[in-house]
Amino acid sequence: MSINILMPALSPTMEEGTLAKWLVKEGDKVNSGDLIAEIETDKATMEVEAVDEGVIGKILVTEGQESIQVNQPIAVLLINGEKLSEIVIDDNIPEEPKPKKNVVNDTNNEENDLPSLSEDELISEKTSFVQKNEVLNTINSNRLFATPLAKRLAKQRDIDLSLLTGSGPNGRILKIDIENFKEEKKSQVDNIPLSNNNSELIKNSSMRKTIAERLVKSKNEAPHFYLSIDCNIEQLLKARSTINSKSNNEYKISVNDMIIKAASATLLKVPKANASWENENTRYFKNTDISVAVAIDGGLITPIIKNVEFKGLLEISNEMKTLAQKAKEGKLKPEDYIGGSFSISNLGMYGIKEFSAVINPPQGCILAIGVGEQRAIVTNNQISIATMMTVTLSCDHRVVDGAVGAEYLSKFKEFIENPSLMLL
Amino acid sequence: MNNKIYDVIVIGGGPGGYVAAIRASQLGLSVALVEDKHLGGICLNWGCIPTKALLRASEIKHMLDNVNEFGFSVSNIKVDIKKVTERSRKVASQLSAGISHLLKKNKVKVFNGFAEIDKNTDQIKKVKIKSKDGINTELAKNIIIATGAKSRNLPFVKSDGINVWDYKTAMTPQDLPNSLVIIGSGAIGMEFASFYNDLGVKVTVIETLTNILPNEDEDISKIVQNNFIKRGIDIKTNTSLKSVKIDNNSVSSEISTDGIKSLIKSEKLILAVGIIANTQNIGLEKFNIKIDKGHIVTNEYLETDEKGIYAIGDVTGGPWLAHKASHEAILCVEKIAGLSNLTPLDKSSIPGCTYCRPQVASIGLTEKAAKIKNINIKVGKFPFIGNGKAIALGDSEGLIKTIFNNDTGELVGAHMVGPEVTELIQGFSIAKKLETTEHELMHTIFPHPTLSEGMHESVLDAYNQAIHY
Repeated sequence: MSINILMPALSPTMEEGTLAKWLVKEGDKVNSGDLIAEIETDKATMEVEAVDEGVIGKILVTEGQESIQVNQPIAVLLINGEKLSEIVIDDNIPEEPKPKKNVVNDTNNEENDLPSLSEDELISEKTSFVQKNEVLNTINSNRLFATPLAKRLAKQRDIDLSLLTGSGPNGRILKIDIENFKEEKKSQVDNIPLSNNNSELIKNSSMRKTIAERLVKSKNEAPHFYLSIDCNIEQLLKARSTINSKSNNEYKISVNDMIIKAASATLLKVPKANASWENENTRYFKNTDISVAVAIDGGLITPIIKNVEFKGLLEISNEMKTLAQKAKEGKLKPEDYIGGSFSISNLGMYGIKEFSAVINPPQGCILAIGVGEQRAIVTNNQISIATMMTVTLSCDHRVVDGAVGAEYLSKFKEFIENPSLMLL
Repeated sequence: MNNKIYDVIVIGGGPGGYVAAIRASQLGLSVALVEDKHLGGICLNWGCIPTKALLRASEIKHMLDNVNEFGFSVSNIKVDIKKVTERSRKVASQLSAGISHLLKKNKVKVFNGFAEIDKNTDQIKKVKIKSKDGINTELAKNIIIATGAKSRNLPFVKSDGINVWDYKTAMTPQDLPNSLVIIGSGAIGMEFASFYNDLGVKVTVIETLTNILPNEDEDISKIVQNNFIKRGIDIKTNTSLKSVKIDNNSVSSEISTDGIKSLIKSEKLILAVGIIANTQNIGLEKFNIKIDKGHIVTNEYLETDEKGIYAIGDVTGGPWLAHKASHEAILCVEKIAGLSNLTPLDKSSIPGCTYCRPQVASIGLTEKAAKIKNINIKVGKFPFIGNGKAIALGDSEGLIKTIFNNDTGELVGAHMVGPEVTELIQGFSIAKKLETTEHELMHTIFPHPTLSEGMHESVLDAYNQAIHY
């Protein structure tokens, strides 16, 4: 019996990918769990493991081949001492789901007796479940109910039916909706002059679309509120230079590394801010897994430093460097960036004084870090100069109330201004 | 007087009122209905239903007269008009009893009496019910006026129940008259003309307008008119009634056709010149309720200018049809119950039926009305002579005419005359409600052999694709 190794879906939204590297060659024996290839998507590079034991009978796509559709066969695995000559290979991209029989001639497979099952349905149960759900959702959200007359009128008048709200039963779009819409559209067009500026249309990448979708979801669903506080970072800078002066060029701790540690230490003090809204329940995280926003070409990604509470600054710093590098190279694995309980976004290096960040759903908070700069401060009726940093906490009000957010910020300030407390 | 406050009190038990009461009960509202005479209203007792029973009799008479064609011979056919009307009355009373049962089943409290509405508080209205047992008062949050209408008289002639008949007398004749003049060629006039003509009465129809069935498409009116003339019915259009003189057993009608006066003598005269809404003595004047041309004015959800007071059916604006009243009843009650997603009544999609021989049924705009509205139209016509089932039935006189908007394919109107067209029109009603275009109608499979194939062919003809014509 032979098995087709298929292009895996590395994320629910992945449609295609590039075969970056083959880690096996034809004739190689593989065991379940062995790495066989590296796949590159718009987000990350991932390794593909063999699920079954056997011999790589044939490699169907070459290294570097792009736009390989998810579920397209990429190799054939021979099992039970089978010979390549005994099998028939069809490496066409399955445009339409076809019965498995057409793909591989394996007469022993009982599933072949179920002609109604398409190839997609015979892949790993979980994958196909996710995919089917997705297809279903797309259909549901795209299906428009409109009367034949309304459809024809919309076509004649070049009206996009998806922009309309139907007044008929179950939201069906009727003739009258088209007629009313025309007036609205006209008045809008009258009001907004069309710009003739030079412009360029760039197709949105799937990463761009994912970012857009997640941010819209966040702003639509999570009621954001924002709290800001100024932190004096003189002590923090002093501690940092002390630490770095002993490094012998073996390490270099950044202010950001210390902020990550402080954010984690604060979460341990204010565990109510380490939370996520799940409709029926609120989830309170025990770990402090800190997502750190990293700008990459064409977007941003939030790799996670897990269990920061158990990690020292050196470990945090090294991990951050590795993750940032991987992110820039597109080599993050899903587990590197999916999950996390709390986010940090730092725009200080651009000189941004303060800003409000959009919460990274399903997390409950994101901390926006501004630039460390010298400011005139007043203490004990005296004006003096100190290096200050403004941080802004965005909270999902469904899980974090104003008092909790305020408590978080005041504790955070305490850690930043007294970094030795983090040693506790 | 007790303290019960009904959610709804419906005044009038016709096809508007009783439907409103049942729907209100279904929606969990407490509801009472006040009826002065008979449950089922005019429709059921003195209109739609008993006339259909009469027309069934005259249709059978017509078949008996033409039975040779089918290979039978009968002789000595006699009409017992008393039995004909008796059957008609029996049908009406059977159905009226049915309404009483339905109301009981739906826990609608029925008061027999004449209702008058009055103010109580801002939110609560009072209904005084006068019956033979005295007066009692009920309270309600909402009132639905469904008092209907009665037949109109002319300034110089009133129905007397002896020589000058209204619909009621016309429906319960003691004897068949030799001759009959019918004033008005609307649905009621044409149904009586057809009925009495088939039973052998000499009938003359007087119509002030150019065409009989003036609300119907002209092509349809003409076919009915030719049929009636062939049967010996005297049709006088562009003719108005000037005066009426009643002698012992005859009526002399002075008529004027295009300014030329003449005199017609007949044994009886039927007034079928429209209706007057029943708005008198029901307390409307105590409220801010607008009346236009005798009918109560409402918004699209049948509410009058007075909050909590609704009006449905013939007491409101036309068309004055039982099915319009019933539909308004449902809409109005669902509005009161706070249901969402309601669609106001589209008056351009109310079918109208006339049950004379040949039957007439229509929906939407006539060709003339569409042209007046400057709609770019496409017209399809299919005569029943091209329909196999109609020929087999021996009833192939008639036409199906469909009117489409040439720009959009919208079915603008459908007009039919011929066998069983009153049963066919609902196909076009559904098509209009679902906003189909010619495309869906052309690609609908109509069963063969049926009269309904003529509907398909008419649509095809509008786009020059008719097969059998």
